Amino acid sequence: MELNGAQIVIQSLKDEGVEYIFGYPGGAVLHLYDAIFQQDDVKHILVRHEQGATHAADGYARATGKPGVVLVTSGPGATNAVTGIATAYMDSIPMVVISGQVPSPVIGSDAFQEVDMVGITRPCVKHNFLVKDVTKLAETIKKAFYVATTGRPGPVVVDVPKDITDPRIKVPYKYPKKVVIRSYNPAVTGHKGQIKKAVDLLLTAQKPIIYAGGGVILGEGSKELIEFTRLLEFPITNTLMGLGAYPATDKQFVGMLGMHGTYEANMAMHDSDVIIAIGARFDDRVTGKLDEFCPHAQIIHIDVDPASISKTVKVAIPIVGEVKPVLEQMMEMIRESKKKPSKKALENWWKQIDEWRAVKCMEYDRNSRLIKPQYVIEQLYEVTKGEAYITSDVGQHQMWAAQYYPFDKPRHWINSGGLGTMGFGLPAAIGVKLAFPDSEVACVTGDGSIQMCIQELSTALQYNTPVKIINLNNSYLGMVRQWQEFTYESRYSHSYMDTIPDFVKLAEAYGHVGMRVDKPEEVRPTLEEAFAMKDRTVFLDILTDRTENVYPMIESGKGHHDMTLRVASGTSTDRELA
Amino acid sequence: MRHIISILIENESGALSRVAGLFSARGYNIESLTVAPTEDASLSRMTLVTRGSDDIIEQITKQLNKLIDVVKLIDLADSVHIERELMMVKIRTTEQTREEIRGMAAIFRGKIIDVTPSTYVVEMTGPSSKLDAFIAAIDGDTIIEVVRSGPTGISRGEKGLHL
Repeated sequence: MELNGAQIVIQSLKDEGVEYIFGYPGGAVLHLYDAIFQQDDVKHILVRHEQGATHAADGYARATGKPGVVLVTSGPGATNAVTGIATAYMDSIPMVVISGQVPSPVIGSDAFQEVDMVGITRPCVKHNFLVKDVTKLAETIKKAFYVATTGRPGPVVVDVPKDITDPRIKVPYKYPKKVVIRSYNPAVTGHKGQIKKAVDLLLTAQKPIIYAGGGVILGEGSKELIEFTRLLEFPITNTLMGLGAYPATDKQFVGMLGMHGTYEANMAMHDSDVIIAIGARFDDRVTGKLDEFCPHAQIIHIDVDPASISKTVKVAIPIVGEVKPVLEQMMEMIRESKKKPSKKALENWWKQIDEWRAVKCMEYDRNSRLIKPQYVIEQLYEVTKGEAYITSDVGQHQMWAAQYYPFDKPRHWINSGGLGTMGFGLPAAIGVKLAFPDSEVACVTGDGSIQMCIQELSTALQYNTPVKIINLNNSYLGMVRQWQEFTYESRYSHSYMDTIPDFVKLAEAYGHVGMRVDKPEEVRPTLEEAFAMKDRTVFLDILTDRTENVYPMIESGKGHHDMTLRVASGTSTDRELA
Repeated sequence: MRHIISILIENESGALSRVAGLFSARGYNIESLTVAPTEDASLSRMTLVTRGSDDIIEQITKQLNKLIDVVKLIDLADSVHIERELMMVKIRTTEQTREEIRGMAAIFRGKIIDVTPSTYVVEMTGPSSKLDAFIAAIDGDTIIEVVRSGPTGISRGEKGLHL
C-alpha cells in the first residue's frame, strides 16, 4: 500500500487502535487535517485551545489506560501544548503528541510559526522525535506509542515537518507490529532475591504500613494490591495519585497520606517500623520534612523506574519491576513461607491506629449556615453513589474532593497531582466522558481554576459530552489564600478576584445549563436536578464558605507527626448569604 | 568525589543535548564532556566527568540510563582504569627560553608540533593531573593559549563498554 505522509500518520493511528485525536489545526498540519477529513475511523475532537487538547487526551488516558493522542500545529500550537505535556509527564500518563513543524528546508531559519518543539519539550517528555524521512514515519509513530505506554509511561512528542506530510510524495506503508529499541528495555518482574528479603522483612514487622501510589493504577495492579493487603492484614494508605487503587471504604484503608492526608495515615507512617512503598515516589507533598520522615522505618520500594528509588528517601530493599507481577511474586512467597505476621503485634498496631482515627481529623462544622465545600463533596458522593469519574483542577477543591469522595475503584479520580495544573479539570472531564459516555463525569473545580480552560465549554457542546461542573466558588484562589493566612499573617496578596464572571450566564452563553446554589439545603436537590439532566452539561456555581481551609495539614517544613488539626469549628461570617 | 562516566549513546542528532539538558535540569555539575563516534557508526561514546556524593552519582547514572538514547554506561571510577587527556599549549618563546621549554616538554613526554620564530606549540597527553603539573611548571606569562580535550578513559583488563 502506497500512502503519503499525512495518510501514513492517520493510518498508523488507526492501526494503533486510536479512537480519538484531540487537536487544533494550523498551517503546518493542514496536510494532516486533509487526511483526517477523508476518513471516519479516527475521530478528531476540535478543542478551543491546545492546552485543552492535551488535558482532554490526558483525562481519556487516565480513565481508560490507553494512550491519549494530541495533534497540534507548529509554533504557538506546539507551545500551548507544553503545559499539558508537562502535566502528563509529572503523573506518568501515556500520551502521544504529534506536532506540526515548518518544512524541513526552512527549519532553523526562524520561519513563520517555527519553534524548536523537540528542544522545548525535551525536559518534560519521556522521549521525542523529529521525523526527517517519510519512510521512517510509521516506524517512528510505532516507537512513540511503544515508549509512551511501556515501563514508566509518559508523553512522547513526534514533531513532523510539513514536507514530510506532502500529499504528492507517496511511499510504501506498513505499520510495524513490534519495534525493538536496543537502548530501552524496561524491567517487568522483580529480582527474586530482593523479593525474598522484602517478604522476610514484612513478615517480621510489628508496625507495618503499605504506602501505595499512582504506579499501582498505571500498572493495573489494583486487584493484586487488594489481595496483598488483605493477605497481610496491614493498614494501607494511598497517595493523592493512588486514590482508588485500594477501596477507600475498606476498613484497612487509613486514608490519604501527606500534606492534606489523614491524621491516622500520617501518624501510622511516622510510627511504622516497616513501610512497603508500591508505585509511589516519595514526593515532597507526601514526605513533609525529609529529615523527620518515618524515622523508625525500614523501607521496601517497588517501582518500575529505578530512578524513583532512593531519589529523596533512602530505602533498604529496592525492587525494580512492574507492580502487578512483583506483587504476584511476593504473594506467592508469602503463602509459601512458614513465617506468619505476628497476630499480637498487628492487633496492638490496629489498636493504636484506631486511637488516631478517633481524633476524627476530617470533621468540619456541619451546622454552618454557609455552604461548606466538604459538604458539597459528600453530597456529590451520595448523589453519584460513589461511582462517578471525578476530575479536578488544582487547589482547595482538589484536596476536598480527594478527602471527601472515597474512591473504591481505580481510574475514577483524575487530577493533576505532580505538576498541579490549574485548568486541567474541565478538558480532562471531556476526555473521560468521550471514553465512557454512559458514566457520570463530574469536574470539581474552583472559581480560579475553571477560568483557566473555560473555553472548553464550547468543545463540550460541540461533541455532546454532558459533564457536571461543580464549581466551589469562594471568590478566592483558596489554596493561595490559605497559605497567606497561615504563613503571611493574612496578607491576601492577589488571591482575590474582584470580577468573577456570572458563571450561570456564562454556562448559558456556551449553550449549557447554569445553576447557582447559595444555601446548604439547596445543595442536595440541585445536585440531583443536575445529574438528572443526562444529556446536558450543567455548571453548578456553588457559593461556599469563603474562609474555609483544608484540614488537616502538614505545614511546610514539618514532619508527619506534626499535623495542624482543625481547631473547634471556626465561625465564618465573611460571606453574607444572598 | 570525582567520577568519570562513560556512555554509549545512539549517534543521533539531539542525543548530546539530552545529556547536557539532563544535567542542567537536575542541577548536576559537568566538569568536562567529550564525545565522538565509535567504530560502530550508529553509536557515540561520551566521557563525562562529574562530581558528587555517592547518592548523587547514583541518581546521575539512573537518570542517564533512563534516557532512551543511552544504550549503556559505566562509572569508570568503580574499577581500575586508564585516563588520558590531550592538551596543546601555545607558548611565547625567546632565544633564552627555547632550550628550557624543550627540556620541560621532554620531561613531561610532550612534543613540539609547531614552531615559529616566537612560539612553540607543545602537544601532551596524560592524566589531567600531569597536564596541570606541566602548566604549573612553565612560566604562566609565556602561555598564549591552552586547549584541552577533557579526559577520556577506558577500563583495564578484559572488561569493556560495548554492546
